[in-house]
Amino acid sequence: MPEAGELRRPRSAKDIARVFNRMALQGFGGVLAVAQRELVERERWMTPAQFLELLSLGQVLPGPNIINMALIIGDRFLGWRGAAAALAGLLCLPLVIVLLLAVLYRETLSQPMVAGALRGMGAVAAGLVIGTALKLVDGLRLNPMGRPAAAGIALLTLLAIGVWRWPMVGVVLGLGGLSVAAAWWRLGQ
Amino acid sequence: MNALLFGTHGLDGGVLMSLFLHFGMLSLLAIGGAITTAPDMQRYVVGEHGWLTDAQFTSSVAIAQAAPGPNVLFVAVVGWNIAGLAGVAATLAGSLLPSTTVALAASRYGNRNRESRAIRAFSAGMAPLTLGLLLATGWVLTAPMRDSAGAMLLVPFTVALLIKTKISPIWLVAVGAVVGALGWAD
Repeated sequence: MPEAGELRRPRSAKDIARVFNRMALQGFGGVLAVAQRELVERERWMTPAQFLELLSLGQVLPGPNIINMALIIGDRFLGWRGAAAALAGLLCLPLVIVLLLAVLYRETLSQPMVAGALRGMGAVAAGLVIGTALKLVDGLRLNPMGRPAAAGIALLTLLAIGVWRWPMVGVVLGLGGLSVAAAWWRLGQ
Repeated sequence: MNALLFGTHGLDGGVLMSLFLHFGMLSLLAIGGAITTAPDMQRYVVGEHGWLTDAQFTSSVAIAQAAPGPNVLFVAVVGWNIAGLAGVAATLAGSLLPSTTVALAASRYGNRNRESRAIRAFSAGMAPLTLGLLLATGWVLTAPMRDSAGAMLLVPFTVALLIKTKISPIWLVAVGAVVGALGWAD
């Protein structure tokens, strides 16, 4: 994975649209795993830690995470033209495909083989999200709270949302608030 | 042709405007991803207005999951099933315009003040939470298939290959589709 010194930049708005389009077309069951692979490992536009930071921002802001992230990345490289290019790349072709599927739905998706394939794809999609998260654990290395504390907060979030099924708003505001306060305190030391 | 453009309910400016406004409001509440707003969309379009049946709503989400691209596109399928292409425009614009405006403004503010202690504390404090949320999302996604040994084997298989190899995720999705089509994920 790239360190800060070996990063590249997109050359043009077209470049941004192309990369986000490629990402979207590979993203079955969510674009996140592909985004990490493409933006960090292939294009080297950002480090794993920067990816995690942008993802946090995309997650806390209202709206779809990956859309927020694409907008922010496009905007930081090329201003509003970059943001528009990222959004167009991410949405245009997939929108056409999903509407075609909606039209074809009755003949295709209700067959048992297709339903089975969808379940298999769903299992892989779950694995992709988990795998992406595990790859990003490395980004916690430089966290000012220290890696053990940061890992503890991640584990607590997993339990609260995934197992105990607490409401998301409470976890983000409560645990997130405490975590940000702890980081604030450590940064002042 | 009319059904293609305007769907089975006929064009109704009032319907389109309510769709746009309601989806716009939900978009501003959608912290943690578009899919978290699905329960309220279902309540609104199925329960309150009867524009779709329960089965139509569920299949709209399934179609979007089966297609490549951001999950938020399920709102386009919901719009399509209610009011054709005009419905797509209403639900998609509603789901994107308010939140993208807020996201851009917040990002620019954060970037201008990136060296400030508050912004650094925010990034550092939220990073482990984001990781935990991702793990939880992966876990919740396995909920419908936990009684299928085949499907549950696919999960660690995917995790291992994603971490240890450079294989593009799309090939792993293809393996999942084949395994499932053969009936091994039932």
